[in-house]
Formats: sequence, C-alpha cells, structure tokens
Amino acid sequence: MGFFDRLKEGLKKTRTNIANGLDSVFGDYSQVDDDFFEELEEVLIMADVGVTAADRIISRMKERIREEHIKDPSEARNALIATLSESMGKQTGFSASDERTVILVIGVNGVGKTTSIGKLAMNFKKQGRSVILAAADTFRAGAREQLEVWGDRCGCPVIGHEDGADPAAVVYDAVDAFESRQADILICDTAGRLHNKKNLMDELGKINRIFDKKLPDVRKEVLLVLDATTGQNALSQAREFKSVCAPTGIILTKMDGSAKGGIVIAIANEFDIPVRFIGVGEQAEDLQTFDPEEFIRAIFC
Amino acid sequence: MAFESLSDKLQNIFKNLRGKGKLNADDVHQAMKEVKFALLEADVNFKVVKRFIKDTEEKAVGAEILNSLSPAQMVIKIVREQLVELMGGEPAELSLKPANQITVIMMAGLQGAGKTTTAAKLGGKLKSAGRRVLLAAGDVYRPAAIRQLEVNAGQLGLEVFSMEQGHSPVEIASAAYRLAQEKSYSVLIIDTAGRLHIDEDMMKELADIKTAVPVDYTLLTVDAMTGQDAVAVAEDFSEKVGVDGLIVTKLDGDTRGGAVLSIRSVTGKPVYYAGMGEKLSELQEFYPDRMASRIIGMGDVLSLIEKAEQTADIEEQKKVSRNLRKGQFTYDDFLTQLNQMKRMGGLSGIMSMLPGMKGIDPDQLDEKQFDRVEAIILSMTKAERSNPKLMNPSRKRRIARGAGVDIAEVNRLVKQFEQMQKLMKQMNGMRKHGGLGNIFGNNLFRGKGMF
Repeated sequence: MGFFDRLKEGLKKTRTNIANGLDSVFGDYSQVDDDFFEELEEVLIMADVGVTAADRIISRMKERIREEHIKDPSEARNALIATLSESMGKQTGFSASDERTVILVIGVNGVGKTTSIGKLAMNFKKQGRSVILAAADTFRAGAREQLEVWGDRCGCPVIGHEDGADPAAVVYDAVDAFESRQADILICDTAGRLHNKKNLMDELGKINRIFDKKLPDVRKEVLLVLDATTGQNALSQAREFKSVCAPTGIILTKMDGSAKGGIVIAIANEFDIPVRFIGVGEQAEDLQTFDPEEFIRAIFC
Repeated sequence: MAFESLSDKLQNIFKNLRGKGKLNADDVHQAMKEVKFALLEADVNFKVVKRFIKDTEEKAVGAEILNSLSPAQMVIKIVREQLVELMGGEPAELSLKPANQITVIMMAGLQGAGKTTTAAKLGGKLKSAGRRVLLAAGDVYRPAAIRQLEVNAGQLGLEVFSMEQGHSPVEIASAAYRLAQEKSYSVLIIDTAGRLHIDEDMMKELADIKTAVPVDYTLLTVDAMTGQDAVAVAEDFSEKVGVDGLIVTKLDGDTRGGAVLSIRSVTGKPVYYAGMGEKLSELQEFYPDRMASRIIGMGDVLSLIEKAEQTADIEEQKKVSRNLRKGQFTYDDFLTQLNQMKRMGGLSGIMSMLPGMKGIDPDQLDEKQFDRVEAIILSMTKAERSNPKLMNPSRKRRIARGAGVDIAEVNRLVKQFEQMQKLMKQMNGMRKHGGLGNIFGNNLFRGKGMF
C-alpha cells in the first residue's frame, strides 16, 4: 500500500472528514464569491492551518482564480490544491540509503519521538542498513526501556545510561559505538522538552554540537517531531527549536486520528523546514515518506 | 513574532469613542472581529468561537460603559466574564468518598497527553491530603509504560499494582480494585493506555473497565497545545466512555490553551487540575478566571502574583523591607531577592506567566546569569555585602577573580545595583512586601542591562 492509500485509509476512520466540508463548500456555492471564500477559510482554520496562513492562502488563491478566469466553484478546487501545494514549497524526500547518517530526534513532550525512532529504525533495518540507537532521554522514567523494546524488535543495539544520567555522556558513548562499529545510521532519542524552557533547550544545543564536533564529516539530520493534534503552538515550537539546532525536517505524527495536521501548512508558510515523514498508524510501515501534494489531496479532497 | 495584544487592538477600535455612554452595535461588531481572531489564534475551536462571539455580542451591545473603564476595557471585561463563565467560574475540587470507602479514578486520553505522569502526580497529591492511594498500571500497550508509572510512583512513595504480560486492562483494573478493598486503600487511580477517540475497540475497552469497576471519576487528560480537533476528541470520549472531569497538561508551555475552552464547552465538565511542570509536585489547581485571561492573551498575571506569595519567604522579605524603609538596600538584600526569583521557577517561569512577553530575546533568559550574579555577590566580603559604599576598583578586581568572571561583569552588576538602590529609595513609602519583585522584574525585562 502506498503513502496515499495508507493516508486515505488512516483518514477513512475520520468521522468529520474535512473532505465533506470542502465538498459542501465547492458544491453548495454556485459562484466564487465572498461567502464562498469565507466558508473556505473556515475549513482551513478547522484543519489547524491558522488564521494568518489561511488568509494568505486565500488571497493567493483569489489571485490565481482571477488570472485563470475561474468562475465555477468546482474548478476552484484545483486552484486551492495548486495554491496549497505551492505554499508547501519543495519538500524533498529523505533517504539514508547512500551515506552514513546521524539523526537527532527532538520535540516537546508526548509527540511520539521514541515511537517514531522505533519505526524509523525498523524501516532502515528492512533496507539492510545497520542502525544504532542512542537513549539520550535520561529524564523520563522508562524512556530507555521503551527504546530497548524497539531495539529488540528490530535487532539494533541501544546505547544508554541509567536514569538521570547526563544525556551528553550517552551521546558521546553512542558516537563512539557508531564509529567503532562503522554503523550506517545512528538515531538519537532526546527527552521531550517544552520549547520555552531555556535550560532544557540549551542542553539540546549542547547535544547537537557534539555531533558537529565528533562527526564533522558525517551527514546530520535533525528531525523535529510534531503532533498533528497540536494547534498554533506548533509554530512556536518550530521557531524555538530552530533557534537551538536548526531542524532539517519534520516528522508529523498521529495523522491516523481525526486531526488534519494543517499546522504543517502554516509552518511551511513561515519556516523553511520540509516535512520528511508522516505517521499514519501504529505499525512501523505506517511511518511514511511525506509527499505534499498527496497529503493535500488526502486531507482536503 | 510581535504580538499585538488584544487590548491594544481594541483600544485602537475605540479610539474615537470617549469613555461615556453605551457600547453601540457597530463598534462592538468591530471589536468582536478582533476577539474572534484572538480566540482562533489561541486554538479555540471555530464553532465554539462562532457561538461565543454571537452570545457575547448580544450581551455587549447597549451595555452601559462603567465610569472607571474605557470602551475597550468594557468590552474586555464582558468578554472575560463570558469566558470565565464558560470555563466553569469557580475552581473545582474532586469530592472523595469518606476514607473508609474507595474512590476510583480512571485516567483517559490520547497518546502523549501525559496520563501516566499525571496519574502519579495526582496520586502524590491525594496522598499528601492523607489518603491511602493505589495506582493500577493499565497501559499494557506502550513499551515500558508500567515501568514509567512504577518509577514515578516510587519517587512519591506510592504503591503500584501491575500484572505480568497477557492480562487485559479490564482484568488489571478489577484485580487492583479487589486489592484496594482487601488492603483498605481509599483511592484507586487507574492509568490507561493512550488511545485515539476514533478507535472503537480501544474506546470500548475503557467502557468495559467502567463496567467491571465502579469508577467515580473518568478524567480526560488533555494536552493544552491541542488544536481544533480537541472538540472531536472530547465529544467521542464523552459519548463512548463518559467523562466526569478534565486535567489539562503542559500548561507550563507558551500555548494560549484555547483547547481548554473548546473541551469545556463540549463536555460541560470541570477542569480539576493543571499540569505546570515536569516535576512530580507540579500539578496545580485550575483557575478558570486565569485561564480566560491567558486565552485572550492577557497573560496569567494573577498566577504570577500567587506564586510569588507562596514562594516568598516572609521573614526574609520582612528584613528586606525593613532595610528598605531605612533607605538601605544591600547586596544581601539583593541576594535574597535573587533567590526568591529562582524559587519562582526562574526567569522563564515568571516570563511565561506575564502578558506580552512573547517578543523577548531568549538570550535574556539565560538562567545561568542568576548563578553568575550569585557567585559575584558571594565573592564579596561580609562588610562589602552589607555596606555597598565600600566598593572600589581593587575590591572589584578581587571579587572578579573570586567569582571567576570578567571584571566588566562585576562593574555591570555594581552599576545596576546602584540604579536599583536609587529606585528603592524612591519607593521608600512602599508598604507592601511583594512589590519589590515587580521593580526588580521590570528592570530585568527592559533590556540587556541588568545582568
């Protein structure tokens, strides 16, 4: 099953599917007028796109409609998809198949970092890559054990220290293991932290710098995990995490609920951080490479 | 992102209106547009916002503007009152059964909302209220969830009931209830796995627990950062499981927390607690009025005031204010103030509760600067600390060496201290104890100067 089908499958369970909302917008209106746009705005806001980004998208869409002389609401649907895809920018996929890579996984509490790492590791192992996991979340009780369960499932060694240990020390050890075993991929878990806590964010910056210092020639990806259920605060998360360790991509989790994850559209509007993966279910294969146009079609059409 | 506060915007709308008379329909309509924007930005559900705006507009049009208020303030007052009402008015408290009976509490919510952490925190809270608390580890799905509960509970001296793999959450809950009866516990808190509200099997599992065990409170645990979908989540949990109350988590973040309003308006159930930090002691009472202010972007000034009251050591404060009255302000007093701010959760803790602090340069929030200032003051002799006039270049050099900082840093501190001293003298007539912190704070927020 491809990304689109899985996503559709995931969203099928959705009771208040946004597609219905859009169908009524595009179906009920006989012309593209102010009421039409107002309702469209409502649909976007209900998908967590946010007022500011929704306004911007709608004004771009209006331009497009004027330029292309669109009169029929049903044609406007394509204009919306085009506008949204455009606003997501170019989102390149993510492949760790060609070079050695370290992946630092960051985010606020409870977004699904450890679980996403387990799924990533599983997928890389399936591609025949050797993977090491670093349990640098030494704060949350049970975090290391949770990662170890995933390590067992996919046969990856997990480097960890006791609860409450210095996460930087874990990272140093993991880097050593990565080097001495010449593994392909090192994935580093971190404790969830609210982005307004300066001390915790500094700690993250420190962890991030270890990789630059110890592995200057190894490709580094910093993946920010966002929960699709999150509202406008995700913008603040992206901003603050960006300021300490420049994420190279986003993992959007929990897209199998009824939340639409429209926040990534708002984020694309403001920051240049591509969405790399999207989580649409509990299984390892439910963590999929992200495709913006398919995403937009799946949630809005 | 610069954040223009709602009050500023409303001030603009009403700038042509003088402070007398009644609110007219056009002005109110304009004002409500801004209120709507603010609520949506705060993640209040669109439908909830629509209803709220309609109701509030009806209330506001024609309202007499109170003498002491500007029209903008009047609108905010009405909006705030409406919000507080929707939020439940007064703080709510769990009503536990007498200690010889068992009150059963079941945690419920989406993945990652914070159920396990909150279950332990709640257990600790009820234990310190004199209850015998048993926790049941009912999350059999997430790897190591049971261990997480055991460790957190262990830190609080709470007992956890768990069963080996292969037992269903219903079995675990039932067995835990039997144990609670036998060993005469008075509170049983059942932790459950996070689940999607649209997952029928998992929702049925919660309903089954309720059939097997006499649950008194099903507490829906909600992440304060939740977006528009909060309404769908709350509706499903209410319909399929039944919800008796709410716990909001991660309120120590910078989210406006509009989801709380959405969920309140859907379930009509009270919010019993708010999670305010990672420490197991940081589960607090929920104040609807403060939440209302926070959602419309007026900050949580009241919470700040209360936290200051709780943390401030009265005796130390008395000494400081005695000195103040005498027109003296010493480095010792300064240190006392510094430590108090630290106890209030540090700068970021304080900032998160103040309105309009979003645009502050995070560099200013370096908590380590606290430590450096402390080191500098502690490197002074007793005489220097109690008599700031003694300070001279050679003393400063010695202090800088002792504290391991650059002499420029000592100079900066001394200069700031002198400015503060001047300020303190100006407020000599000040009676109230808590006021000092405000001056101190303002100075800090103004620019890089302080530390």
